[in-house]
Amino acid sequence: MEEVLYNILGAVVTFIVAFVVGMTYGGLTRKITARVQNRKGPPFYQNFIDAFKLASKKTAIHHGVMHLMGPAFLMVTSVMTLLIVPVLAGNNWFPNLNFHGDLIFLLYIMTFGPLGMALGAGQTGNPNSAIGVTRGLSQMVGFEIPWVMSLVALMIQYHTTSITGLMEVQAQSGTWLMLSSPFAFIAAVMAMFGMFRYSPFDIVGAPTELASGPVSENGGKFLFVMMSAGSVFTFAKLTLYVDLFMGGASNLVVLLIKTFLLYMIPVLYGVTSPRYRTEQAVRWFWGWPTFFGFLAIIQAVILK
Amino acid sequence: MVNDKHSQKIVDFIQNWSRKHSIWVLAYGTGCGAIEIPPTMTSRYDAERLGVRGAATPRQADVLMITGYLTVKTLKRVIRVYEQMQDPKYVIGFGSCTINGGMYYDSYNTINVLDKYLPVDVYINGCMPRPEAVLSGFAQLQKRIAEGRADGATQYKENLEWYRANQKRIIPNWVMPEYNW
Repeated sequence: MEEVLYNILGAVVTFIVAFVVGMTYGGLTRKITARVQNRKGPPFYQNFIDAFKLASKKTAIHHGVMHLMGPAFLMVTSVMTLLIVPVLAGNNWFPNLNFHGDLIFLLYIMTFGPLGMALGAGQTGNPNSAIGVTRGLSQMVGFEIPWVMSLVALMIQYHTTSITGLMEVQAQSGTWLMLSSPFAFIAAVMAMFGMFRYSPFDIVGAPTELASGPVSENGGKFLFVMMSAGSVFTFAKLTLYVDLFMGGASNLVVLLIKTFLLYMIPVLYGVTSPRYRTEQAVRWFWGWPTFFGFLAIIQAVILK
Repeated sequence: MVNDKHSQKIVDFIQNWSRKHSIWVLAYGTGCGAIEIPPTMTSRYDAERLGVRGAATPRQADVLMITGYLTVKTLKRVIRVYEQMQDPKYVIGFGSCTINGGMYYDSYNTINVLDKYLPVDVYINGCMPRPEAVLSGFAQLQKRIAEGRADGATQYKENLEWYRANQKRIIPNWVMPEYNW
């Protein structure tokens, strides 16, 4: 009984940490973008103010049940991903559910949220939403291929589909997987550009072009839920990358440093790049990232 | 939210503070004034440091910015956009044209006084107002929000018949949906 209570408490603490860290990263991103563009930029806690304002807005939009469920799907997916990913290596503070799910389940669950969101956006009947969903799913087809190839390479090479198993492999050998399977790491990082949807791959939101795409009919509290879900999901994905390729982290400070450095790759690539068209984005993902994915699988098969 | 008067005061204070520091603007580029928005947002004047940010759709926006003259045809769309926005919402009248018609005061198809058709919270005068004036207008709006005096939307709801009569007088074929708040 006590163990169950600890698990629930750990899950709540993990969620709060993920929310705060994800929101702060979002604010820092805005600040860094502003500094790159030679502006002063908003304070780093701007996202918290925005979230509070959105939560306190009255919301009188109703397009049907599925529209109401879309943000909920996103939130559920984010929390589920977060609970399956082990936050700290060998730590009893954040045990969560990481023994009950493996990489294959994670691959499935990570696409679940955007699909739910797509259904919700479809019911609003806004043409911008429909175009945004089409673009989002095309882009997903693009980046999922190098991402899956990189994970499959890891699974073949180390004979395990468990995230904690891969972390143990790194702890035993003493080298990070980003050094021992470099091609898988490169493919995964390139797929990350599509996952985080910063420019040049912000074709889904595209504020000036699609009026923010799938979320264009959602304001106020809907947007608050999506914003929180996005922040939590960002933290979960970054933690997953750190667990898989950078040996996990033994305490929160190391985790924050590693995730922040990793997060800066798409952000800094984004602030200096204009937006791709959909077919350019898909072609980009099916080019070099997929090539590196192939190399990773070949390496895995040879070294197996 | 809470019935108790004192706690309601505190909640109002916090909510108004967050509203004040997070203003998402729907810059409705009706007239020539829209050209002053990009310099306000970009490197030179950087409105984002005040929490002012562009919003993509009316659903997400807090402030509707009417930049310049409004033709009768556009007015219909602007009303539609305004009614799609979520409370609390504010309107900024931008440029002389929204105050008294400006240089289009005797034009056959523009409106002269915006306040008759939509509740304006803050006017920014000038033809064109420079980005400094726009920022000063935002500061004025922030002040009004913090004091809880930016209640244009409430007035619009309370005096809906008056606004509707004005709108219907000027728009010839009225096919808008009827709302009942």
